[in-house]
Amino acid sequence: MSSPGQILKENLWTNNPIFMQVLGICSALAVTNLLTNTMIMTIGVTFVTAMSNLTVSLLKGLIPRKVRMIVQTLIIAFYVIIVDILLRAYLPDISRALGPYVGLIITNCIIMGRAEAFAQSNPPLISMWDGATSGFGYMAVLLVIAFFRELLGFGTLFGIQVLPDAFVPWTIMVTAPSAFFFLGIIIWIGKSIMNREGAPA
Amino acid sequence: MNAAPVLNPFALFFASIFTSNILLANFLGMCSFISISKDMKSSNGLGMAVTVVLTVTTALNWVILNYVLIPLNVQYLRYIVFIISIAAVVQMLEMIIDRVSQALYMSLGIFLPLITVNCAILGVSLFMEIRNYTFLQSVIYGLGSGLGWWLAIMLLSAIRKKTEKAPVPAGLKGPGITVITIGFMAMAFIGFSGMLAVQ
Repeated sequence: MSSPGQILKENLWTNNPIFMQVLGICSALAVTNLLTNTMIMTIGVTFVTAMSNLTVSLLKGLIPRKVRMIVQTLIIAFYVIIVDILLRAYLPDISRALGPYVGLIITNCIIMGRAEAFAQSNPPLISMWDGATSGFGYMAVLLVIAFFRELLGFGTLFGIQVLPDAFVPWTIMVTAPSAFFFLGIIIWIGKSIMNREGAPA
Repeated sequence: MNAAPVLNPFALFFASIFTSNILLANFLGMCSFISISKDMKSSNGLGMAVTVVLTVTTALNWVILNYVLIPLNVQYLRYIVFIISIAAVVQMLEMIIDRVSQALYMSLGIFLPLITVNCAILGVSLFMEIRNYTFLQSVIYGLGSGLGWWLAIMLLSAIRKKTEKAPVPAGLKGPGITVITIGFMAMAFIGFSGMLAVQ
């Protein structure tokens, strides 16, 4: 079995859910035009991944194999509803800005993937750690994308103006294509460094 | 609940295909989009399956939402209910197609299980709820989004045939160049947005 440190390194870098596995970008790219939204969204995803991994791992002996997909989905949906209710109660503005994308955490392939690939065959605590680190790997990439998109698209960071007024915001950074371009560039950089290190891609 | 938005059905139909393409503007259904678009034949099958499932589930979820969840005031259960109804529809379609036509089952049926976890399906149902569409609008929106998804995956798989042979830098091969290609496609689709003004 792999150690906690190894899992951290794998999920953050060599096996990063976004640029190595290209998973879970569905619900993610849409929220990366503002850092604050991205932060909240990724914290939500990390929480759901960790908790659903823990639950799936605890229940793995009890779930019949044939229906395990639907049971996993229901476990994930349960935690997503908790996140949704918390956001509505404490951060109503952000909840409105994220719109349907909170609910779409349910179909985020990372969560399902980790439950299936790791939690299904490992003890609870290490599964929870695996889920949390996968969430961190996801968070890291999204924050980088959001940093550039908000900086160039609005001239702000976390809503605070950092660039001088003379700076003309790039409208394209606010729209969909820029998210794809940044993701492509990040995949490119990540893979190139990894190829140089000679890690198995 | 706000009143349903007044919207020309045709405008909504074209908007959901082009200007607010579920995939290129809302980033939904990316996972299967990237992995399946390697192969044109599978793309076609999956696109067709997504269109059928989207139309049926959006209509069904509209009925469930407005006649069950809202009267009982349990809208917070909608995520679980929507997911279950999507899974049920997919399962039933699979059985029906298997009975009716073996040929269709071979071309369409194998993609159906993949669809349950396709974010586009759940996403369209959630957008339908947030935007307070009427029943007719929901059906049109579901159908249009499905067709838009189908169009996008066919376009991408055709482009990928070329990029596979192109001399791309090593690190950009595979998903990297695909994502950037999708970015260009998204730009092209945004070009339609001057024609229609829909949320």
